[in-house]
Formats: sequence, structure tokens, C-alpha cells
Amino acid sequence: MPKVTWILKDGRKITADVAVGHNLMEAAVANNVPNVIGECGGCLSCATCHVYVDAAWYEKAGHPDDMERDMLEITAAERKPNSRLSCQIKATDALDGIVLHVPEI
Amino acid sequence: MDPIIVVGAGQAGVALAAKLRALGYDGPLLLIGQEPVLPYQRPPLSKKYILGELALDRLLIRPPGWYEEQKVECRLSTRVAHLDPAAKTVSLDDGTDLRYSKLALATGASPLVLPAPIGGKLEGVLRIRSLADADRLAPLLQPGKKLLVIGGGYIGLEAAAVARMKGLEVTLIEKAERILQRVAAPLTSDYFRALHGWHGVSIREAVTLERLEGTEGRLTGARLADGTRIEADLAIVGIGVLPDKGLAIRADLDVDDGIIVDGQCRTSDPDIFAAGDCTSFPWRGERIRLESVGNAIEQAEHAAACMLGETKDYDPVPWFWSDQYDVKLQIAGFHRGYTDTVLRPGKREQSQSVWYYRGEALVAVDAMNDALAYGIGKKVLEARRSIPKAAAADPAVELKTWLTAS
Repeated sequence: MPKVTWILKDGRKITADVAVGHNLMEAAVANNVPNVIGECGGCLSCATCHVYVDAAWYEKAGHPDDMERDMLEITAAERKPNSRLSCQIKATDALDGIVLHVPEI
Repeated sequence: MDPIIVVGAGQAGVALAAKLRALGYDGPLLLIGQEPVLPYQRPPLSKKYILGELALDRLLIRPPGWYEEQKVECRLSTRVAHLDPAAKTVSLDDGTDLRYSKLALATGASPLVLPAPIGGKLEGVLRIRSLADADRLAPLLQPGKKLLVIGGGYIGLEAAAVARMKGLEVTLIEKAERILQRVAAPLTSDYFRALHGWHGVSIREAVTLERLEGTEGRLTGARLADGTRIEADLAIVGIGVLPDKGLAIRADLDVDDGIIVDGQCRTSDPDIFAAGDCTSFPWRGERIRLESVGNAIEQAEHAAACMLGETKDYDPVPWFWSDQYDVKLQIAGFHRGYTDTVLRPGKREQSQSVWYYRGEALVAVDAMNDALAYGIGKKVLEARRSIPKAAAADPAVELKTWLTAS
């Protein structure tokens, strides 16, 4: 199973194995990662699962589609070039080791 | 030390428990729910779950291990029969009495049912609120069957969409003049009427159900007040919900439309809080009740903070979403008391937004396949600002400029 690491603003790291096909919002909620809320359950309606994809992983994680880009306009924390809604990133073997930075909200 | 007890294990109950832990409460914490399964998300029940795209394990709000890890004791299949604020105890239906230090009511809401004399008890008449409801319904959605949807609110329309996608013949009846009358402006009703019409749903508005008819206890059709008869193998009833306030009433807490709470989610008893669909709360000079996941989570988190000493008032910008076919509707704000609406065409196919004003003040936005309109409307409402009607109606005006405009 791919490993995913979330790095919190205070430097704390949370690493977990995530089932292939599960999205990284639900993985964060399952692993009690603070500040990743996922209110809408992953249907692109709330923007509360905003993360910054580590630069080394951004291209591999893929680019946001139109709807996601629009939703990224309303994240609570600052939008950056590597901003993604983690509900739109699915765990795959190619993403084994991916690092996500969690914004402070 | 007596535990904090949360009554009700839905979105609000779990969010409240999680927030208590996140804020550092490390005392005993007990979550009591009536259903036999761990807390799950309801919105996908009428959509992805019924379509088979999302299994139960991914519907769970938190995975099973989370409750142990966070030391949240979960009592499932358990009903609280009585609440005694003076003794600070709850009595469970198995006879156990439990003391609490503080209590939170997150009891939610239950669907209105059709009375038995007009056929509400016939086999084939269903609703969608719980996992058990969805599990009963899913295997019955077979191509070619005739479905009658009673009620043109969001749950009825979502059910109609799912049934069409499964190949059923669908008729939807609404007793009000138009679908979504209680929750949206005519422009939004028009959009969804057209969408469903295009997908082959027969929508009949301003018609009253006289009774459902059956043979040997099984639904066969419906008789309307205008004398027409509709054949049906199945009926889904989506005529609204009532807040679950019985426990609060029997405990002599103040209630009206819901359990009355103040801005800090406190009921008329200082050690009892309430959050989610079941509460009636003060909001910008009115008293409102919201039926939404967003409110369930945000109000519950606020209640948790207030149980631990927060003194700010809850002041949300309400939001809601619905998925029908390939259309995503997102709503920001609360449209009650609006005087005016403007339509903004969107940039994509089937995209548009409806902007609600009270006088010149923006109060809500319905966005169909237009997340940017939704997002900017929500931000503007959060900042308690507005966007002039002419700007909202003009697709050539970039809405983003109004995020920073003074």
C-alpha cells in the first residue's frame, strides 16, 4: 500500500498506509490529521481538505481540473501554486511516499 | 469523573466528540447512537451508495480504529429513553442510568411519513434517510419499474435522478406550485425542472396526493386529488424532516421548531448543549434551523469549544450541496426573506448561478456547475459584503474582483 506523509505547520509528521483508490482526504480523516476536515465527504463542495503537495510530488499527483481550480479560490489558507484539494488525489502505487503539507487554518 | 455524553451518532455527534479531543479534553467521552453501525455520512446514501459506487466502509465518518485511538466510547443500537437535567443522568432503554458532567444533544431529524390511512404503510413505499433505508431501496431500483417520488425537495430530486440513471420510469409529484419552493427561487426551480425533464422524469407540480393504492398490501399506484391515477411499483417519500426534540421536550428543555440553543449552543439547561439538524439557533437577528452537513459539523465543533469555555457566538454562512445527474448544485448563504434574484450565466455547459438579494444586500447564491460563483459568493457573504446586482448578472464582470473590492 502506498505510504502518505502529512507534515503539519509545527513540523509534526503523520505517516500512514493508504489503500489504493482511496482519496487522500479520507485517508487524512481516517488518520486524524488536524486541519484536513473534508466536510462534504469528497465531492468538491467545501474546500476543507486543502493541502500543499510537496514540490517533489506535485507533477506526479497531477493537475487540478476546472471545478477543483475554482474551489481552490475559496480555501481558508493561502492558495499556492502547489495547492490541491486532497479529496481529488487518489492513492496509487506511483504516489508511494508522497508528502503533503497541511496548512494552518 | 463523570463523562461528557453525546446523544446522537451522526455527523454532528462525531464532529463534536472529535473536536472535544482536538481541543484537549481528555476525560471520559461517550457517544450514544440508535443505529447498529458506526457513524456514517448520509448524503451519499441517495447518490453514490445507491449507485454502488461507494461501499459502507468508505461511508463511515471515522474508521473503526479511530474510536479506540481517541478513547471515544461508542454505544450503538442504544436509545436514550430519558434525560434528567436535575440529576444529570440519562436512562438508556436497557434500564441503565448514566451520570454525565456535560451533555450534548445531536439527535438530528427524522423524515415525515405518509399516514397509514392514505397508504403510507403499503409495501413498496420507502424513504431515504438511514443506511437501512438505502439498503432496502437499492435492490428494488430495477430498469423498467415505475417509481413515484412524492415531494420535490432535494432528497426527492436526488432520488429521481438516481432512479433514472438506473433505468426506472419516474414520476415526481409536488404539492406546492413548484419543486424546491421552500428552499429556492423560481429560477433554480426552473433549472432543475428542465434538467429532470430532459432526463425523462415526469414532474407534476401543484398536485396533491389523495392516497396511495395497493393490492394485498402492496403499492400499485397513486390517486391524486384532481382524479388522475398514476401507476407505481415503488414510491419514495421525501416530504421533509422533523427535528428530533422528543428527549428535550420530556426533559423540560425549551423547544420551538427545534431544541432552542443560544449562540454558544447551550440549551435552557447550562450543562446541556445541542448541535445540528435538531437545533433552533439565533442567527443575524432571526432564529433558524438548518438541515445540512455543513451546519451539523460546524455547529457541533462550536458546541464542543463552548463546552470547554469558548464564549463567542456561532455565526455561520450556511452552505449546502446536491448532486443530480452530472450537475453539482452548491448553495451559500440563507435565502429567507429575499426580495430579488438575478441570474448569472456560467462559462460551462449547464452552468449558471442565481444570486439572492434582500434589498441591495446579497443573502445567498445557488450555483449550478459553477464552483467559482459559489466560492466567491460564500467568501463575500462571510465578509458580510455584497456584490451589486448588475455585476452579478453580467458574465463579463469578473467576480473575483469583488473579493477584494471595498
